[in-house]
Amino acid sequence: MASPPRSKGYQPNDLHESRQEFDDANAPVKNRLNQPILGPTLGPFEFLRWAWRLLTSMRTAIVLLVLVAVASIPGSIVPQRLADPNGVAIIRDSNPDLYAFYESVQLFDVFTSVWFSAIYLLLFISLIGCILPRTRHHWNVLRAEPAEAPKQWTRLPIREVVPFSGSANTALDRAAVTLRSARYRVVRDGNSLKAEFGYLRETGNLVFHIALVGILVTLGFAGGFSWHGQRLLVEGQAFTNQLSSFDTFNPGRWFDETNLDPYAVSLTTFTPKYVSDPVKDVWMPIDFTADIVVTEGGATRTEILKVNDPVHIGDSKMYLLGNGFAPVITVRNPAGDVVFSQPVPFLSQDSNLTSVGVVKIPDGLAKQVGMQGFFYPSAVELDSGALASNNPEPTKPTVTFNIYTGNLGLDDGTNGNVFQLPIDKLTQIAGRHTGDEVVLEPGDVFALPNGLGSVEFASVSRFIGVEIRHDATQFGVGLSVAFLVAGLLASLGTRRRRVWVRVTPKGLEWGAQARGDDPGLETAVGRILSKFLLSGTRDKVTRT
Amino acid sequence: MIDFEANALIATYSAMAVYTFAFILFTVDLAGRSASEGQSAPTRWLRSAMAVTWLGWGVHLSATVMRGIAANRVPWANMFEFGLTATLALVGVFLGISLFRDVRFVGSFITGFAILALGIVATNFYVAVTPLPPALQDYWLVIHVFVAVLGTGFFATGAALSAAQLFQSSREAGKLNTRNWRFLSAFPHSDVLEALAYRLTVIGFVFWTFTVIAGAIWAEHAWGRYWGWDTKEVWSFIIWVLFAGYIHARATRGWRGNPAAVLSLIGFSAVIFNFTIVNVFFKGLHVYSGL
Repeated sequence: MASPPRSKGYQPNDLHESRQEFDDANAPVKNRLNQPILGPTLGPFEFLRWAWRLLTSMRTAIVLLVLVAVASIPGSIVPQRLADPNGVAIIRDSNPDLYAFYESVQLFDVFTSVWFSAIYLLLFISLIGCILPRTRHHWNVLRAEPAEAPKQWTRLPIREVVPFSGSANTALDRAAVTLRSARYRVVRDGNSLKAEFGYLRETGNLVFHIALVGILVTLGFAGGFSWHGQRLLVEGQAFTNQLSSFDTFNPGRWFDETNLDPYAVSLTTFTPKYVSDPVKDVWMPIDFTADIVVTEGGATRTEILKVNDPVHIGDSKMYLLGNGFAPVITVRNPAGDVVFSQPVPFLSQDSNLTSVGVVKIPDGLAKQVGMQGFFYPSAVELDSGALASNNPEPTKPTVTFNIYTGNLGLDDGTNGNVFQLPIDKLTQIAGRHTGDEVVLEPGDVFALPNGLGSVEFASVSRFIGVEIRHDATQFGVGLSVAFLVAGLLASLGTRRRRVWVRVTPKGLEWGAQARGDDPGLETAVGRILSKFLLSGTRDKVTRT
Repeated sequence: MIDFEANALIATYSAMAVYTFAFILFTVDLAGRSASEGQSAPTRWLRSAMAVTWLGWGVHLSATVMRGIAANRVPWANMFEFGLTATLALVGVFLGISLFRDVRFVGSFITGFAILALGIVATNFYVAVTPLPPALQDYWLVIHVFVAVLGTGFFATGAALSAAQLFQSSREAGKLNTRNWRFLSAFPHSDVLEALAYRLTVIGFVFWTFTVIAGAIWAEHAWGRYWGWDTKEVWSFIIWVLFAGYIHARATRGWRGNPAAVLSLIGFSAVIFNFTIVNVFFKGLHVYSGL
């Protein structure tokens, strides 16, 4: 095999050059920048043409790929609204100046930002500008005959003369049969053959790139029909699939409330399992199981919802994302009438499920009352006097409250954040540092100061956090990815090879050439030749 | 009852010791070859170096298997286990290729890298066997991480060859002609290194593509969405795009050769960054890999 020329230092042959050798000269080539670029006296049309060539050139594509990679980095450093809304809220509260700066350059939404979109859209335009002419050209190549042999066979890296018996005609026929059985496309041209193999390489390459466009188009269009929402569901509670039932809801651009399938889900029980890790001395969850009842189309069925195992309901799926405790809190007015009684989901803060929650009583008492609560499933007293939990199971469930009065800020009609209390605008009347600690176990009642009423920790339930999601992009993206993988494997696993055979006085002369480096070319051609020789012997054997 | 967990750690350190011996032999071979001017044939040290590497790999494999038995699951659910298995894949890829092609000249790099990686994960990231949290209890853990391990092994070997290519081409251009660099005469021509690096990196790219796809499918099971720009997803994407850039660069005049090799090394740095810095310091859904 000829070794590549090394005269230019380390700059192996460009695709462009090898292509001119290999294909016809007017093949579309990604990199046209090595043609002289015209000077500054461009007319508007020439300028557009120049800009288009620049954009669709391979060099631009590489620069854009690197830019996409670099532009993604901030998306892993700055919390993203989509992946980590909590992190965004922390920056908003702790550093408003930084927040304003990040917000102004869309750093909380890197992957939907104007600048990131600009890069990937340019990349995809460049990609489309590249695959369209290549597809047209490949289409023509697929229908055309294999290329003509080069005028000078001496330039071919592999040449071999094989003597044959019988007529040149039958020998050429046998050569054609051998090449066809090796999946070459063969055309007889007088006293010679031209054969080509590996069209799949370019086909796969094009399929791969078109599949990328398929993913983007699916995300752009089908994404608009997607929706997802979150909801906390306490044991015994039911949830109906309508907009008002969700705690948070993210509709796609073309979402319509009538898209929501009518169904209801209720949580029967939630059962976690924990094991103790003796080394780290912590409890670790090993299983979360939620037994739910689904009512859909008049029929009722029970389902088991687990992590990694979503439940299909209607055209959506329900995922188990979180869980925790919901102490049942009852508040009564001085007359003893219940003004509030319901399980309140508390959010867990550590592996032993120390949890925090908020109870807001805007009406029913003489003043608005807000309670900042802490829940300990297995309360133990630390040396400091503070409580902690030493087990995620409720062996000694305990709730403590800091109780405030004042304007809860709910009168403007908004619900506010149900997990936050504007304590700096409120007056604390009981709880830590007031000398009137509120520490309740199930059944305990605390009498609010000044005869405001009473608070009871009645019992404790569990809740789960579920996400319900209708993802209209899954099918299109999945299909595109299937094509992408098939195209990638076909393209990388196929070599482009050409073989020519001609009749010479000494026998059949075979010449072969590959596109790009192809260390297997010699072996592959050798295999074809031995098969050809073998078919000759077989001929002889059958003739005698 | 055999204490598989303790034995796995002992075997890990033993594998490091054997690899260190192999590393010394590989280095002695390179030194011997560069000492004799113009004589770059392999020395007798090389055969022993390869034999010792095979032995070290056997010990390494037993460490990984014992860890798996101790945990009663695949041995790649935390950083220590991932490091253990990924270096096993790296040395395995090197040994596997050496059955077909003579790549023994990168032996000192591979064994050196393996010693370093094993040392770091065994001393900094070692955790005792713990049960898996519910989110990790999925067969996609087997697939997703296994292809990631394989991809990392191929990327690492490709990066070793790309680095060798960069040095070799500098030497060929007359920039590295001191005695210190004479060991490069034992290496193939930079063209050969480049072609081999490309082939391995492309295989790594295919595995990485599968890693991302398998991860997306798993993410859909576990978190309800197949892609959400979690920090780990961002970095997997960056790695994929960088190596896509490398593959394109290799087919482009002006980028082919050394610039493409630099891109490949940047890509591999991103792989290492993704495994170390992102796992340890970045916030995200993958954090419960628990080190």
